[in-house]
Amino acid sequence: MTANNEPTIHVEHDEAGTNVDHDTHDNAYSGLLVNDANWAFGTDFEDPLAGVDTTVPDGVDPKDLGAYCLMLGDDALVFSQRISEWCSNAPDLEEDIALANIALDLLGQSRLLLARAAAADPELVPELPEGSPVPDEDRLAYFRNDLAFRNVRLAEVPNGDFAEAVAKILIYSTWRLSIFERLVTSRDTVLAAIAAKGVKEMSYHRDFAGRWVLTLARGTEESRFRLVTALDGLWPLWTELFETHPVEAAVTAAGIGVDPAEVADEASVIIDQVFAAAGIDRPERGGLAGVGVHGGKGRDGLHTEALSKLLAEMQVVAREHPEGQW
Amino acid sequence: MVTAMLETYPTDTRPTETRPTDTRPAETSATGAEAIERAWAAAERVTDPEMPMLTLLDLGVLRDVQVEDGHVVTTITPTYSGCPAMATMRDDLQRELLEAGFPDAEVRVSLSPAWTSDWITEEGKKALKDAGISPPGAAPARKGPVALTLMPTRRAVTCVLCGSDDVRLSSEFGATACKAMYQCNDCLEPFDHVKEI
Repeated sequence: MTANNEPTIHVEHDEAGTNVDHDTHDNAYSGLLVNDANWAFGTDFEDPLAGVDTTVPDGVDPKDLGAYCLMLGDDALVFSQRISEWCSNAPDLEEDIALANIALDLLGQSRLLLARAAAADPELVPELPEGSPVPDEDRLAYFRNDLAFRNVRLAEVPNGDFAEAVAKILIYSTWRLSIFERLVTSRDTVLAAIAAKGVKEMSYHRDFAGRWVLTLARGTEESRFRLVTALDGLWPLWTELFETHPVEAAVTAAGIGVDPAEVADEASVIIDQVFAAAGIDRPERGGLAGVGVHGGKGRDGLHTEALSKLLAEMQVVAREHPEGQW
Repeated sequence: MVTAMLETYPTDTRPTETRPTDTRPAETSATGAEAIERAWAAAERVTDPEMPMLTLLDLGVLRDVQVEDGHVVTTITPTYSGCPAMATMRDDLQRELLEAGFPDAEVRVSLSPAWTSDWITEEGKKALKDAGISPPGAAPARKGPVALTLMPTRRAVTCVLCGSDDVRLSSEFGATACKAMYQCNDCLEPFDHVKEI
C-alpha cells in the first residue's frame, strides 16, 4: 500500500469548460492536503480489507458469496444513509450524536461487506473510466442503479418523526442482530469477523431503540400515539425480513450465510419483550406485497420509489466526478 | 476455521506472505532481534489520532510487530467497523517506521478477534483518566444470545473531576464511536466514558 504523500491538486473547470490545473499556491486549502500527522481522515482510498485473507472457502460459489455480501452490505449502506439524514435534526444533541454514531457503525459494516462482495466476485463491480481512483466498495455504493440494490425494503423507508426513527432502528437491529449472532460461525472468516464486530455495535443500537420505545410509549398521549402510528406504518415490512432468497438458501447450505427464516422466532420473541415492557400491542398488519407476477421484493432488486430518490441524492456527486480525488 | 484463528491469536502463526519469486537480498537494517526491538520502539510511539494521549499499543489497536523477509510487518485491529481513523493510523505507523529506518513497512489489518476495550492497557487507562476521560471497566463476557437491556447500562463510573460516584449517563453515544457521555451530579462536570465492548 502506498501512503498518500503528494498534495492533491483539484482539477476545476473554467467558464469555457476547459480543465484548469491549479497549482498548490492557488489553493487556500492545499496545506491541509499534505500528509500531515494532524490532518484528518478519509483523504485516501485504501482497501478496508488490506492484509485480510479474502480467499473464498471451498464449497461455495464465489458468485453466491458476492451476491450475499452485496445484500447485507446494501442493507447497512441504505439504512445508514437514511439514519444519517437525521444529522442536525434530532430532538436534542445527545440523540443527534447517537443517531450519527449508529449511522457510522452501519456505514463501517457496509464498507467491509461491499469490499468483501467485490473481492468474492469482481464482476459485480461497475466499470469506470481507466485511471479512476474510486475503490471497489465505492463503485458498488455510488455507481449502481436502484434495480441492482439488494437491500430489504425496510432500510429505504423515508424518515418520519423521531418515533419513526426509533421504531425503525428497533426493528432493523432486532432482526439484524439475530442474523449476525449466527453469522459469527460462518465458514467465511471475513464475514465471521465482520459479524463479530457488528454484534457488539448493534447491541448498543437495539438497546438505544428499545429504551426510547419504552420512553415514548410511557410518555405522553402524544408520544405514545406517534410511536404506535410509526410501528403500524412499518410493520408491513416485517415479514420480508424473514423470507429466504435463493442466494441466502445457497450460502446457508454452504455454511457461509444465515437463512433469515431461522431467526424469525427469536426476533419475534425479543421484539415482543420490548412491546410488553412498553405496554403496546404488536401491530396487526399483513406484509407489503412484492412487485410483478413473481412478487419480487428488495432482495430481488425491486424497491419502492423511495430508494431511487435516496440513491439520486447519495450518488450524484460521485457520478459527476468518476475520476475525482476527494 | 474461525475458532482456529481465534485460538492462535495473538501469536499469529499464519504463514508469511508467499513470495515464490522473491530474490531480493534481505535488508541488513531489518534483521535480527535488534531490528525487531527498534521496530517495536518506533511502532509504540504512534498515538491514536482521536485520543492522542493514548498510544496505539495502549489502546490495544497495535497487535503485533514482526520482521518478515527483511521488512517490518505490523498488525492492527480496528476499534469499531466505522472507525474513520484507520487510514491515519496506518499512515502514522508507516511514517514512524520510515523514520526509524524501515522504509517498506507493511501494515496489516486483523479483523478477528474483534477489538475489545479490555485490550486497553493499565497505562492506557491511566492516561485516559489523566486526560479527563473515564476509562472502561471490564467488557461484558457474553455467552449465548445478546441480552436485551431496556434499563440504562449500569457502570461503576466516577467523576473524572471530583471523584464523586453520583454520576448520570447522558447518552450511550459520544463524540467518537468508542465513548458514552456522562455528567456528574455533584460538580456538574460533563465527561466522556470509554464504553466497554
